[in-house]
Amino acid sequence: MYEPVQQGKILSGIWMTIKLSFFCLILSVVIGIVGAFAQGSKIRILRSFVQGYIQFFRNTPPYVQLLFFYFALGQFTPTYSPDGWLELPIISNVGWAIISLSFFAGAFNVEIFRAGIEAVADSTKEAAESLGFSRFQTFRYVIFPLAIRVCLPSLNNNLINLVKTTTQAFGIAVPELLYQSVTIWNDYPSAQYPTMLLVFVVYILLVGVLVLSMNTWEKNLRIPGYGQ
Amino acid sequence: MLKKNAETIVSIKDVHKSFGQLEVLKGVSLDVKKGEVICVIGPSGSGKSTLIRCINGLNDIQGGQINVCGIDLTDPKLDKLELRKRVGMVFQQYNLFPHKTALENIIMAPTLVLKQDKAASEKRAFELMQKVRLEGKEHAYPGELSGGQQQRVAIARSLAMNPDVMLFDEVTAALDPETVKEVLVTIKDLAQEGMTCILVTHEMGFAREVADHIYFTDNGVIVEHGSPKTFFNKAKDPRTKEFLSQIL
Repeated sequence: MYEPVQQGKILSGIWMTIKLSFFCLILSVVIGIVGAFAQGSKIRILRSFVQGYIQFFRNTPPYVQLLFFYFALGQFTPTYSPDGWLELPIISNVGWAIISLSFFAGAFNVEIFRAGIEAVADSTKEAAESLGFSRFQTFRYVIFPLAIRVCLPSLNNNLINLVKTTTQAFGIAVPELLYQSVTIWNDYPSAQYPTMLLVFVVYILLVGVLVLSMNTWEKNLRIPGYGQ
Repeated sequence: MLKKNAETIVSIKDVHKSFGQLEVLKGVSLDVKKGEVICVIGPSGSGKSTLIRCINGLNDIQGGQINVCGIDLTDPKLDKLELRKRVGMVFQQYNLFPHKTALENIIMAPTLVLKQDKAASEKRAFELMQKVRLEGKEHAYPGELSGGQQQRVAIARSLAMNPDVMLFDEVTAALDPETVKEVLVTIKDLAQEGMTCILVTHEMGFAREVADHIYFTDNGVIVEHGSPKTFFNKAKDPRTKEFLSQIL
């Protein structure tokens, strides 16, 4: 840590981990919400599509998914050339990591949101229906706000796992914290133990911040006289 | 109080409804005129709740015809939104939106469904809260209100849509005897203002006092009907007599 090269690597690694986590968090939650809404659709093909998606991404290891997205699908993505010589794919390894990890965590989020949605009483939905709400309005204004309160604890769990799973982006050379740390201890064997310790500390802090903010959110959503 | 020559607002003809193998309604017919108060009574499982749920399209029917305010419910191109604007429904379990205050519960449908101006909806909501005698509770959440208070908010919420017909599905069944009265008073006020009401109820005293017409259902059919006077004093059908002897 005392050398500027090492410090730079660690800082850029932390920044990349934060970026990865942030985009994956947002995207996976969006996938979860959209997927859970689609699961309640009347269109059968849409429902089976979501079901297939969940089965595929839940039943395979995230690391295999990463490799598959980057190496297999990466083959078919169009390329561009900034200077006439280089051929760069339009989706970088960071891009693939974000896509793949978001789909992975998203599959779990769909199920988490589904559990929350199913916990909303049918009679409450009927009340909305008989007041003339459309299916989307019922979801947006009644079901979702109630479901999110039910599923926050398990969503919390999954998002924590997601932050930790970003380390697997190492496998496709995304320069996140673990990748940078490994390059440090490969070059400077004496730095191995302190760097490992640092990696632990950084993840504890990162996840700690996430947990704190989720808990605060949970508290703010609490309704007087409901579910306590 | 019977309104003669008034137009028929709800017309039900030979309605059949089944859940799977179980036939719940076996040919039910009844007409409701504008401004009338109808009470449907009968033992549990006789199909009375199903009947009023069919009137606002929460349950679809397998046979017969239902016409509400000129809207044919068996029409495959039925505009359910139009139907729901005309028909208000209050449930046994109040079914308020627990994450919204009483006032928000009332203004949600007018602003979202009718696209009314928020300030106007709020003004009307305050009036409705006064009407159901809950002024001062506008900003309370359902969880902070008693059952009777929640039910009155639910009535105000339905009224905010300016319906032509109000359906009450055993609205006092989940309440304790003391709070039953406050809800019944609210419904009575409505009836006296000329609101068309269809109630499924076990409150015989209330039915006798407020209803223009009473229908007794058993086993998916209407066994007997008539004015409260004839119904309670001169019931002809043995099944009705038995039911009345048990509860009166």
